Amino acid sequence: MRYSAFAILKNALRGNRDWTPAWRKPEPRSNYDVIIIGGGGHGLSTAFYLASVHGITNVAVIEKGYLGSGNVGRNTTIVRSNYRLSANSAFYEKSMDLWRELSQTLNYNVMFSPRGVLNLAHTPGQMDTHAERGNQMRLMGVRSELLDRDQVARLNPGLDVSGSARFPVHGGLLQPDAGNARHDAVAWGYARAADQLGVDILENTEVVGFLKEGDKIVGVETMRHGERGEIRARKTGVAVAGNTGRVMKMAGVDKLPIESTVLQAFVSESVKPIIPTVTTFGAGHLYVSQSDKGGLVFGGNIDYYNSYAQRGNLPVWEEVTSELIAMFPNFARLRLLRSWGGIMDMSMDGSPIITTGPLPGMYLNAGWCYGGFKATPASGWCFAHTIANDKPHAFNEAFTLDRFKQGNPIDELGAGPTPWYH
Amino acid sequence: MRLTCPYCGSRDHQEFTYRGDATAVRPALNNTSIDDHNAYIFDRSNPDGVHQELWNHTSGCRTHLVVERNTVTHEVLSCKPVGPFARKLK
Amino acid sequence: MSGFRLNLRDGVGTAIGDKSIQFVFDGKPYRGREGDSLASALMANGVSIVGRSFKYHRPRGIFSAGSEEPNALVTLHRGARREPNIRATEVELYDGLTARSQNRWPSVNFDVMAINQLAGSAFSAGFYYKTFMGPGRRGHKATQFWWFCEQFIRRAAGLGRGTNLPDPDHYGRMNAYCDILVVGTGAAGLAAARRAAAGGARVIVCEERAVAGGSLTSLPDYIDGEPARDWAAGQRDELSAMDNVTLLTRTTVQSYFDDNTFLAIERVTDHQARPAAATPRQRAWNIRARSAVIATGALERPIVFAGNDRPGVMLADAARRYAVEFGTAPGRAVAVFTNNDTGWLVARDMARAGVIVTDIIDVRTDVPDEIRAISEETRAAVSTGSAIRSVKGARAVSGAVIAEYNEMTGELGETRKTIACDCIAVSGGWSPVFHLTSQQGGKPVWEAELQAFLPGEPTQNWHGAGAMVGAFGLRAALQSGDKAAGAALADAKLRKGRGHVPKVEGDAIDYAPAPVFEINSGGKSFVDLQHDVTAEDVRLAHREGFVSVEHLKRYTTLGMATDQGKTSNVTGLAIMAAASDKAIADTGTTRFRPPYTPVTLGALAGEKYGHLAAERLTPMHDWHVEQDAHMYANGPWLRPESYNLPGETVEQAYIRETRLVREGVGIVDVSTLGKIDVQGPDAAEFLNRIYTNGFAKLPVGKARYGLMLREDGFLFDDGTTWRLAENRYLMTTTTAGAGRVMEHLEYYRDFVWPNLKVALASVSDEWAGIAVAGPKSRAVLKACVKGCDVSDKGLPFMGVRDATIGGIEVKIARLSFSGELAYEVYCGSHHGQSLWDLLFKAGEKHNIVPYGLEALSTLRIEKGHVAGPELNGRTTPHDLALSGMVSSKKNFVGSVLLQRETFSKADRLQLVAVKSLDGQRVSGGSHLVSGSKDNPGRSQGHVTSPCYSPELGCYISLAMLEGGSARHGEKMFFSNPVRNKHGAVEVISHHMIDPTGGRMHG
Repeated sequence: MRYSAFAILKNALRGNRDWTPAWRKPEPRSNYDVIIIGGGGHGLSTAFYLASVHGITNVAVIEKGYLGSGNVGRNTTIVRSNYRLSANSAFYEKSMDLWRELSQTLNYNVMFSPRGVLNLAHTPGQMDTHAERGNQMRLMGVRSELLDRDQVARLNPGLDVSGSARFPVHGGLLQPDAGNARHDAVAWGYARAADQLGVDILENTEVVGFLKEGDKIVGVETMRHGERGEIRARKTGVAVAGNTGRVMKMAGVDKLPIESTVLQAFVSESVKPIIPTVTTFGAGHLYVSQSDKGGLVFGGNIDYYNSYAQRGNLPVWEEVTSELIAMFPNFARLRLLRSWGGIMDMSMDGSPIITTGPLPGMYLNAGWCYGGFKATPASGWCFAHTIANDKPHAFNEAFTLDRFKQGNPIDELGAGPTPWYH
Repeated sequence: MRLTCPYCGSRDHQEFTYRGDATAVRPALNNTSIDDHNAYIFDRSNPDGVHQELWNHTSGCRTHLVVERNTVTHEVLSCKPVGPFARKLK
Repeated sequence: MSGFRLNLRDGVGTAIGDKSIQFVFDGKPYRGREGDSLASALMANGVSIVGRSFKYHRPRGIFSAGSEEPNALVTLHRGARREPNIRATEVELYDGLTARSQNRWPSVNFDVMAINQLAGSAFSAGFYYKTFMGPGRRGHKATQFWWFCEQFIRRAAGLGRGTNLPDPDHYGRMNAYCDILVVGTGAAGLAAARRAAAGGARVIVCEERAVAGGSLTSLPDYIDGEPARDWAAGQRDELSAMDNVTLLTRTTVQSYFDDNTFLAIERVTDHQARPAAATPRQRAWNIRARSAVIATGALERPIVFAGNDRPGVMLADAARRYAVEFGTAPGRAVAVFTNNDTGWLVARDMARAGVIVTDIIDVRTDVPDEIRAISEETRAAVSTGSAIRSVKGARAVSGAVIAEYNEMTGELGETRKTIACDCIAVSGGWSPVFHLTSQQGGKPVWEAELQAFLPGEPTQNWHGAGAMVGAFGLRAALQSGDKAAGAALADAKLRKGRGHVPKVEGDAIDYAPAPVFEINSGGKSFVDLQHDVTAEDVRLAHREGFVSVEHLKRYTTLGMATDQGKTSNVTGLAIMAAASDKAIADTGTTRFRPPYTPVTLGALAGEKYGHLAAERLTPMHDWHVEQDAHMYANGPWLRPESYNLPGETVEQAYIRETRLVREGVGIVDVSTLGKIDVQGPDAAEFLNRIYTNGFAKLPVGKARYGLMLREDGFLFDDGTTWRLAENRYLMTTTTAGAGRVMEHLEYYRDFVWPNLKVALASVSDEWAGIAVAGPKSRAVLKACVKGCDVSDKGLPFMGVRDATIGGIEVKIARLSFSGELAYEVYCGSHHGQSLWDLLFKAGEKHNIVPYGLEALSTLRIEKGHVAGPELNGRTTPHDLALSGMVSSKKNFVGSVLLQRETFSKADRLQLVAVKSLDGQRVSGGSHLVSGSKDNPGRSQGHVTSPCYSPELGCYISLAMLEGGSARHGEKMFFSNPVRNKHGAVEVISHHMIDPTGGRMHG
């Protein structure tokens, strides 16, 4: 069923009884051309682009829990491409291109809202660093603007721009075309569109092992509704974010340049529009925007120890809220409604991995740290290309697994091989 | 989360600085193998379960502890001084 | 609903005092009584519509009497203290309180947005996902259509309005430790607290409401021979008097973290008309408890039926609380609709308080006789095996249509009866409050017997008590509280002692409801009142495949409003389970996420609101400020950027300062440098392994510049290290790197080379550091230094000597960051200002100039010394032309991976300098390109440290350029589109002055 205003009216008149499931709940087949492990944003978008761009429709997406139960439904929904290093800016700008058309591509309103992402600067030196990044974006053809203090204040009326602030605001770097999208809708939209092209989405199906012929991966063992099964495939892609370590161990890959940590996110009660852009604090680590429903959605650093628990601890609450209301002292009386945690696959340089291998028949998409949401379209697009052609596209050729050992990290922060510092 | 420093007692974890996987052991000084150093720096087993890790009591006695902690439940199973552990690695 | 104040007497209005209180709601003055909540006062004044719902803007009244309230949200106060979305049920009334209804225009009684209701069935779950995608099938243009629509949708959404003004209040934090934390002071909580306290434990007891007692404050039962509320008051007094007990009221335990760490928020002054200025408005309690008794009770849930959102429909137990505690009748004619025994007791207690209960409607046919007997006392008409089919009244309840109901099939019969009532008190059973333990990962279990989820097995040291673990009724609650405290005492390694359960006289009823959650008569029936999620929305979600509980929540937004579904989650699950033909136990429930109720952001920041981070100040800070230096926040430090003369810009000031240093002498505060004392027999060996260059053979009394790498071969930090004695070094680090270098060294000391005998101590704050630089610096020292020959021979380049200046013991090192003859003089930090004054005085006749960070930076840029912008974590020694500093004779941290092939590639970014060819400032953040302003081409590198060079007489910058070391002399452009600058530069060597070092060696 094609979604439109007309469809809504027509169905409303019939008491909404004719709506059909957004995607099928098929039984697994024994054999597919491609299996994607992980029914999150990246797995689903990979399946969609395999089917829509490469004509590979005999595809299964295998999800342990409910579709979109990982980070695609747990993030702070920011979409941007304001990177310093060229490998990143090219890739994320490809993602922006896909975002701009995504609602139409999927016939599902993912509510992509280019309201602008503003990074504040608190010293002249930081203004220069922002300018360096903004110029890199400009030279790559991405719009960016360096704003002075008054321009920043006009954009965000509640912002503390006083000289007496502990970290006075000097200005900021704005990517006007960046913004937010509705996170769940991205997962559901890709799922529905992939399903319509024939992709089987297998929810509540856990991969418990890999089928191997020698070194080669030829499928997976599954557990579904309490029963074991086998699904064979020519190619198996892994896109399981925080669970990468868990899954790859089953394939015999015991070690990777990835550590899992928990990132907490926060949302306040709904209020009428109070902050127009996505805004980040430059004297700490804090990002905030307002959802269409009215909640302030914000987050900061990871809980820096390794974790597979989807919950974090109190120090991050204190750190994040104190930075938020240092930046916006008018938010101090608003109230935190809910917080939650997601498991991040922190890589050794803060940048992702989209690659063939590391075993024959296998493809790996991982290491998203906490930047995975904005990458969802390009990640799937590049991963699909890599799987279909057995080699990376130019957009992801730098995101290899062996770049760390070769000495070619893509390290935006320059923090080095310390995953919890990225 | 709370860690029991053998020198200072039970403290909130924010008094400590996380220093990562304690099973990642630096090759000996005279080992010049690039592969060995790469493995030490970049390869992590990243277990879901018991993880042996280093924490520096930076806001306390400033020594490292070897902590056994479950990464799924966050249960801290043991906190030991690093010395004996590190010496045994040699 | 037309509520009114009852005749207050013993047992009616137990919370209400004598004082009359004036307040304002929607601009209109009202009177309430001391002890009222805003909700009870509005109710007593007959106000029935207090808010509008989120989506359809339907009129809404008061639904509950506590923190679970979904409907009665108001905005408190005006101006900078404006606070949206406050539950009227939780606001304690005080004189002058100002409240406003919200999410309505122009008024709560007439809201034009209510037109949304007309589009009701189109506005169903998933509405936004299916439309607004814009005309046409492709492209950015279509997204613009969504963006256009979105601004209107955003304005229509949201609830109350915030403010753009900073919050004038302040907040506090308390770090607390206890043996046993008791959460909740109902029967179970009080029983637990008394046993824990008697056992000698340090106890913290937290109660969300203003007064301890929980349900005891409104129940008619007797405990140990006295009315339950009097017993509760007695317990409260006893506990408060005990030294080992801290009883906190108005304090909600919000979050349960690892290792029994809890966050509680105390609302300290929110109920006061004129709080004392020094008192924090709210206080965050970080509580570490050895063990905890969770006695958080249960929340009543409604039965869903058509029209169940009309003002006048409310929870039964809340109706009782309004009558008994607040002495307020929720209506003139109240009908009770229930699926369990509690509804009947509520009817009786209300009738006793003077409320007219017209009807009791129970879905069950099988109601116990002793319960039925209650109806005689209430004189209400009884309809069992019946249900409410629909509600009469457009803006508030004016009656209801009752029909026969088949409990087994869920079907309504044909016979209908219309009753007149203006309030419907609904009881659909009880949902235990296990939010805290669920936050910790506890998996709830559906208990069919009780028709409720129970918290499941503990994952930490907590013990549940009372209704929270399904121990309903006073007797069971007291017993379980006592028992839980015994177990908690054992956790805390204290003696359990003997328990004591007080005697209860009162109702003994069955709290388990009939498994009826919804009366489906086809009309609009609301599951989530605040988010306007109807039973049909839940079924639509099922139809569209959103059947997992998480999908249900996310697709319909059920349970995601400010009440987090406290009264709606279970009902929503039950409706989904029925639609999927599954048992509730198999449908499961979502995990509760902290906090329990919304928490003020200011309270979470606590004392950090207005004081985000401590400022680090050097010993000479006050002097800089007195000189009107331009102070600069550099990480945690405040440092002088430049000492501007009147009318001078920063640029003019640093150029002057730089010039005066090169021509004469300058003085600069370098106390912020990291300083680490390295001692021990293996100190030399240790440093030799840490630095790329040799330190073992450094003679005593000499300093050396050293580079540190990370293990992956990239530069980590740099600085000079001085050998003070055979086994003692003083290491200096960059200001920004001080903390991480210390941790880096400690890692190698503790973990990697535990056998090296070396001790480390951070002494950054112990030493004040002053650099004196310029050709006349020696003359300045000569004039004041005692005990050391400062001639070139006595103190050669890189020499370190002990001496005194004006009696102050100092260490003098002849180091140069500026490229001039220069010295760094260190002393104990408490002498810093005196030393500064002495040096300054000694320099006066040489016109010594104080210089700031900008000049410091300009001097080192001209000299080609690297600093933070070049040590950006992505550069190697080779990239920065420092290969000569890398020893090939030893192994050190990073030596192996530095050998990797990629680091010797010719096209890496390499350090160069550029100088402006057209007089333009090479602006910060510029890239280096070959093309014109309009067509710059790709970035080939970037500038790192720009400045004006008085020495070269033009703007210059250090820069990183692809293959830069081979490109000296090349003409390029700097490109700075975000600053709209573009200019011609020449690539030159970074050694811009005195490349042979004659000046500093002089």
